[in-house]
Amino acid sequence: MLWLLFFLVTAIHAELCQPGAENAFKVRLSIRTALGDKAYAWDTNEEYLFKAMVAFSMRKVPNREATEISHVLLCNVTQRVSFWFVVTDPSKNHTLPAVEVQSAIRTNKNRINNAFFLNDQTLEFLKIPSTLAPPMDPSVPIWIIIFGVIFCIVIVAITLLILSGIWQRRRKNKEPSEVDDAEDKCENMITIENGIPSDPLDMKGGHINDAFMTEDERLTPL
Amino acid sequence: MAHAPEPDPAASDLGDERPKWDNKAQYLLSCIGFAVGLGNIWRFPYLCQTYGGGAFLIPYVIALVFEGIPIFHVELAIGQRLRKGSVGVWTAISPYLSGVGLGCVTLSFLISLYYNTIVAWVLWYLLNSFQHPLPWSSCPPDLNRTGFVEECQGSSAVSYFWYRQTLNITADINDSGSIQWWLLICLAASWAVVYMCVIRGIETTGKVIYFTALFPYLVLTIFLIRGLTLPGATKGLIYLFTPNMHILQNPRVWLDAATQIFFSLSLAFGGHIAFASYNSPRNDCQKDAVAIALVNSMTSLYASIAVFSVLGFKATNDYEHCLDRNILSLINEFDFPEQSISRDDYPAVLMHLNATWPKRVAQLPLKACLLEDFLDKSASGPGLAFVVFTEAVLHMPGAPVWAVLFFGMLFTLGLSTMFGTVEAVITPLLDVGVLPRWVPKEALTGLVCLVCFLSATCFTLQSGNYWLEIFDNFAASLNLLMLAFLEVVGVVYVYGMKRFCDDIAWMTGRRPSPYWRLTWRVVSPLLLLTIFVAYIILLFWKPLSYKAWNPKYELFPSRQEKLYPGWVRAACVLLSLLPVLWVPVAALAQLLTRQRRTWRDRDARPDTDRRPDRDRRPDTDTCPDTDTR
Repeated sequence: MLWLLFFLVTAIHAELCQPGAENAFKVRLSIRTALGDKAYAWDTNEEYLFKAMVAFSMRKVPNREATEISHVLLCNVTQRVSFWFVVTDPSKNHTLPAVEVQSAIRTNKNRINNAFFLNDQTLEFLKIPSTLAPPMDPSVPIWIIIFGVIFCIVIVAITLLILSGIWQRRRKNKEPSEVDDAEDKCENMITIENGIPSDPLDMKGGHINDAFMTEDERLTPL
Repeated sequence: MAHAPEPDPAASDLGDERPKWDNKAQYLLSCIGFAVGLGNIWRFPYLCQTYGGGAFLIPYVIALVFEGIPIFHVELAIGQRLRKGSVGVWTAISPYLSGVGLGCVTLSFLISLYYNTIVAWVLWYLLNSFQHPLPWSSCPPDLNRTGFVEECQGSSAVSYFWYRQTLNITADINDSGSIQWWLLICLAASWAVVYMCVIRGIETTGKVIYFTALFPYLVLTIFLIRGLTLPGATKGLIYLFTPNMHILQNPRVWLDAATQIFFSLSLAFGGHIAFASYNSPRNDCQKDAVAIALVNSMTSLYASIAVFSVLGFKATNDYEHCLDRNILSLINEFDFPEQSISRDDYPAVLMHLNATWPKRVAQLPLKACLLEDFLDKSASGPGLAFVVFTEAVLHMPGAPVWAVLFFGMLFTLGLSTMFGTVEAVITPLLDVGVLPRWVPKEALTGLVCLVCFLSATCFTLQSGNYWLEIFDNFAASLNLLMLAFLEVVGVVYVYGMKRFCDDIAWMTGRRPSPYWRLTWRVVSPLLLLTIFVAYIILLFWKPLSYKAWNPKYELFPSRQEKLYPGWVRAACVLLSLLPVLWVPVAALAQLLTRQRRTWRDRDARPDTDRRPDRDRRPDTDTCPDTDTR
C-alpha cells in the first residue's frame, strides 16, 4: 500500500516537474565562469539551498506564506548545470501560476544571486528577465566637474594674459615719453653747444634713422 | 641686384618690429605640430592597410619626394623672404595674385571651423574618460529596465555612445534638430583654449608648442610599447605591413598617396608661410623643409605601428569572443558541462554535432568567425577614433588610463594644427591692418576666435556631423589643390625662377639644385593638376550621397546611403568655389583699379612723369613688373 502511494506521489511529482511543463522554469548556472578556481560542485546540498531560496521568495508573496521547501520540485539536472523547477501548492497537486513565481523571483533575484556567489549573467532563469541595475547616475556627472575645472583655469589664464598685456603696453607708453624728454634735453644742449649733428643720433637710445641707412646702401652697388 | 639685403617693408609699415621666434626649436616644433595632425593617426594607417600594406609606401615616398617637399619648400621660402602672411606675400609677388592669399585666408577660416569641432568632440570624450567603468562600455537599460535600449542593442554600446549620446544625430541632413548643449560648451572650451594659446601670436604659441607638439610622441611611444605586448598585436602588424605589390596597378592608390601627402603636410593653408615669416631672413629653409616633411612621414609610420598593434589586439579579442559565443550556444543547447569545449576543439565538435543533430544545430545563431574578417574591419577618420579605438581600449586592463592618454594625445594633436590654421588667418589680418593700430593684438585674436566659435555652432546641431563631412570633402580638398597649384605656378612663373633662386641663395647660402628647379617648374604643377582633375572626376562621378545613421533602416546598423537634397548640393558647389573665387575677383579688382588710375592721371596731368604713384605706393619696389631688374 505504502509503495503504491510512494509511486503515485513520485508519478505526480514527475508529471508536475518536466521540461516544458506548465508553470515550470529552466534554470542555468555557470559556476565555473563566475568563480574560476573557487567553483564549488553542484550537489544535492546546493539543490536544497536552491529550493530554500525559491521557497523563501514565495513566502514573501501575500497568500503564499505557507510555502515549504518540499513544495519546490527540481528535475532534469544536467552537467551544464541546468535544471527545471516548479512550485506546487500545499496540496502538492497543482503548480503555482507562473506569473506569481516570476514576480517573486524577480523581486528577490539579488538575494538568490548572493546565496550562490553568482550574478544575473551566471544564474539565469530562462523566461524570467532580470531587472537591470539602474544606471549609476551621480547627481552631477563627472565630466561636468572636470569641464568646470578646466574651463575656469583657461578663463583665469586668459584674464592674466590680457591683463599682463595691458600692463606691458602701459609701461611701453611711459618709456617713450621719458626718452622724448631726454631727446628734447639733448637737442637743447646741441643748440647751446652747437655740437656735431651725428651726436644726437647716437644719444637717441640707439635708434637708426632708416632714411639715412637706405640711401647709403643705394649708393654702394654703383 | 635691385633688392637691398634688408628691405623689410613690413617693419617700417607696422612701426614696430615683427615678432620673432625665441629659438629655432620653437619654429620647427610649430611647423611639425601644424603638419602632424589627426590625419597622421587616423588616415595614414587606414590607407596603408587598404592599399597593400608595405607596398603603399612606394607611391607615398614618390609623392613625398616629387610633390610634398618641393611645395613645402616654396611655402617656407616665400614666407621667410617676404616676411608677411599669405595676403601680404601674394600682394608682394604680384598684385594680380593677391586673390591667392585671400583664398588661403578664407580657406583656413572654413577649415578652422570644422577642425575645432572635431577637437571639441575629442575633448568631450576626454572628459568622459575620467570614470570607471567607461560610459561607452555598456548599453543603458531601457525604461522598464528589462533589457537594453533597442538602438544600442542593435548596434553596439560604442556606436550608441558616439551616435546617440554624443552627436544625437538625426536620420537625415534635412532634419537639423536642435543644438546639443554639451557639444556647444565643449566647443566653447576648445575655442577658449585655442584663444589662450594664440592670444599674443607666436609669443604664446611658442611656449605652448613644446607641450602640444611633443606630448603626442610620448603617448604614441607608450601605446606602442603597450600595444606590442598585447596578445594578437603581431597579427595586426603582419596584416598591416604584408606588401601586396599587385595593388600598385590600381591608379587609385597613386591618387590617394599623392592626396595624403598633400593634406598631411597642411600645404596651401598659409600657416607655414605665416610661421616662416617670423623667422630671421638668413635661415636655411631648405633643410627645414626636408626635415619637417621627413618627420611628418616618420610620425605617420610610427603612429600606424602603434595603431595597428592595438587594432590587431582588438581583432583577436573580437575573434575569440565570437568563438566563445558560438561555444556557449552549443553548450547551452546540448547541456554540456561548462568550459568543456576549448577554442581549438570547436571546429571538430561542431562538425560532430552537425552530423548527429543537424536540426538542432541549424536553429542556433552560430556566426562564422574568421580572424581576417575582424582584421579587415578597419576604419578611418572619426570612425576609427571614436568607435573602433574606444572599443579596443575597453578590453585593455586599466581602460580609463588608456582612454585618457589616447584622447589627450588627439586633443594636443588637434590643438597644434589649430595654432597653424588660426595663425594663417590672423597673421595676414595683422599685416593688412584690418583694425586700427591702437587696437591690441589680443583684441583681434579674440575677435577672430569669437567669430569662428559663433560660426561653428552650426556643427553642434544634430545634423552637424553630416555638414562636417561636406566641409571636409568639398571646402577643403579641391580648394587646397587649386591654391597649391596657383602657389607653385605663381612663384615659378610670375615671381620668376631666377629671382626665387637668387633669394634662396641669399637666405641659405647655396643655389637650389636641379632637383628643386625641375620639380618646381614641371613635376609638381603637373602632379597637382593631375590630382585635381582626377579628384573632380571621382567626386562627381556618382551622384553626391552621404551615409546616414538611421535606427529605422532595415539593414541597421549599416548606414543608409542617401542622396543630398538640391539645396545641400548647391551649398557643396558654393563651398568648393568660394575660396578660389577670390583669385579672379582680386585680379579683376586690381585691373580695374589700375585702369581707373591711369585714366584719372592721364586726364589730370597728360604731360608729366608716367609714374606719379611712386610716392603713394611704397611697395612698388617689390612688384616684379617694375623695370628695376
